[in-house]
Amino acid sequence: MVPLLTPLGRAFLSFLETAGRLSLFAGLTLWHCLRGPWYPRLIGRQMIEIGYYSLPVVGLTAIFTGMVLALQSYTGFARFSAESAIPNVVVVSITRELGPVLAGLMVAGRIGAAMAAEIGTMRVTEQIDALVTLATNPFKYLIVPRVIAGVTMLPLLVLTADIIGVLGGYLVSTGQLGFNPQAYLQNTYDFMELEDVLSGLVKAAAFGFLITLMGCYHGYHSRGGAQGVGTATTNAVVSASILILCFNYLITGLFFG
Amino acid sequence: MTAASQDQPKIRIRGLKKSFGDNHVLNGVDLDIAKGESLVIIGGSGSGKSVLLKCILGLLPPDAGSILIDGKETVGLRGAALDEMRSHIGMLFQNAALFDSLPVWQNVAFVPLEHERMSRKEARDLALERLADVGLDAEVADLSPAELSGGMRKRVGLARAIAVRPEILFFDEPTTGLDPIMGDLIDRLIRQCVTDLGATGLTITHDMDSARRISDRIAMLYKGEIVWQGPMDAIEREGNAFVEQFVAGEIDGPIQVAQ
Repeated sequence: MVPLLTPLGRAFLSFLETAGRLSLFAGLTLWHCLRGPWYPRLIGRQMIEIGYYSLPVVGLTAIFTGMVLALQSYTGFARFSAESAIPNVVVVSITRELGPVLAGLMVAGRIGAAMAAEIGTMRVTEQIDALVTLATNPFKYLIVPRVIAGVTMLPLLVLTADIIGVLGGYLVSTGQLGFNPQAYLQNTYDFMELEDVLSGLVKAAAFGFLITLMGCYHGYHSRGGAQGVGTATTNAVVSASILILCFNYLITGLFFG
Repeated sequence: MTAASQDQPKIRIRGLKKSFGDNHVLNGVDLDIAKGESLVIIGGSGSGKSVLLKCILGLLPPDAGSILIDGKETVGLRGAALDEMRSHIGMLFQNAALFDSLPVWQNVAFVPLEHERMSRKEARDLALERLADVGLDAEVADLSPAELSGGMRKRVGLARAIAVRPEILFFDEPTTGLDPIMGDLIDRLIRQCVTDLGATGLTITHDMDSARRISDRIAMLYKGEIVWQGPMDAIEREGNAFVEQFVAGEIDGPIQVAQ
């Protein structure tokens, strides 16, 4: 009995330890976000890195998702002669769920990994210690710019993904399924609700926080050379992805539950 | 300057202890470093040299003991007071720890650029001046740290450490990973920086040739305690068993070697 329970208890304790450390890290990050000095140049650079350079990946994801949504719902709805609901299905699914979640997951892979690798390398090569000895707070210099950029850029990215996703549905519906372009757009516009888009953007901001926080946390606490940085990168992406899916459920519950 | 402040050491360490779990790295270190002297701490791998340096810099909180800089307690300092203390210290890291994301000149002029709101032109001029101090010309200024050789990285790291004219300079294994000639050059530069700035130097190393070139005084750290200290020329005639074994580089002696 004992050998069975020991690892279980150990795993539970280490989970609590990680949760505590993570909460402390998140709290410190928020505290430093609110108190200056800030580094506008670094925030700007991160905004370009996260917002601008993620556009191709997020755009491609969105357009194919919109296209496949239109195709799939057509095969289902055609059986009940309910094809006219396709614009509705596309716009609601994209703005509420697929836009934020898929964009979040793609950005987690792109940005979370890069952040963990960069900050992790800075940790193991003593660059973070060097920052400290140069009287610079690593939270303010490294982490705050990334988190601020994540929280502000993800909603913009998701807004773009919403538009491109709806465009994908429109292209398939009008080009392949024989919809009237004007009627499709009119339908989309009529069905679209502010709450749908808004909930998606709130999710996006939360995901932006989670992705950057996970990237920074795992990078900041990485140790043990190249292998440690590799582990940190993997952990950053995996934990950010899981947290995105969890928080997606929680935020959906808050808005529509 | 009163007589009392002249006698007062720049750095006074008393009873410094630091453990990681059951691993007692520092077991009560007592050490004085006089103003303007260059002290070298020698000791084998794992003797606690780096931890000692990190404790003085406030990168690691000691478990017990006190560190006085200019007579002021620095253990337990936080926030702005800690940054103020650090602004008087320059540090050359073992692998230079240059910021990859910034070109060389922005590395050197990091503090003036980020904290003193110096204009980019002035900061660049300052950086070029400091690079010249360590024997590097202006062509290096716009390179990225990844493009530099090991010796050049160390020199840029040194230029960054002396950029704001610190009163105290720390050197972590300055010659590790360099060829003997480059090592000699770095040692000379260190000696020159300490003398020119009138700074107090603290070097940790296990390279005895380097220690001879840099030091006014040597202290030996073994198992988290200072086992010997004295002027460089006393090291051969003093006859301390620990130091003799270390200098000779022998396995047999009071220093236990994991085999």
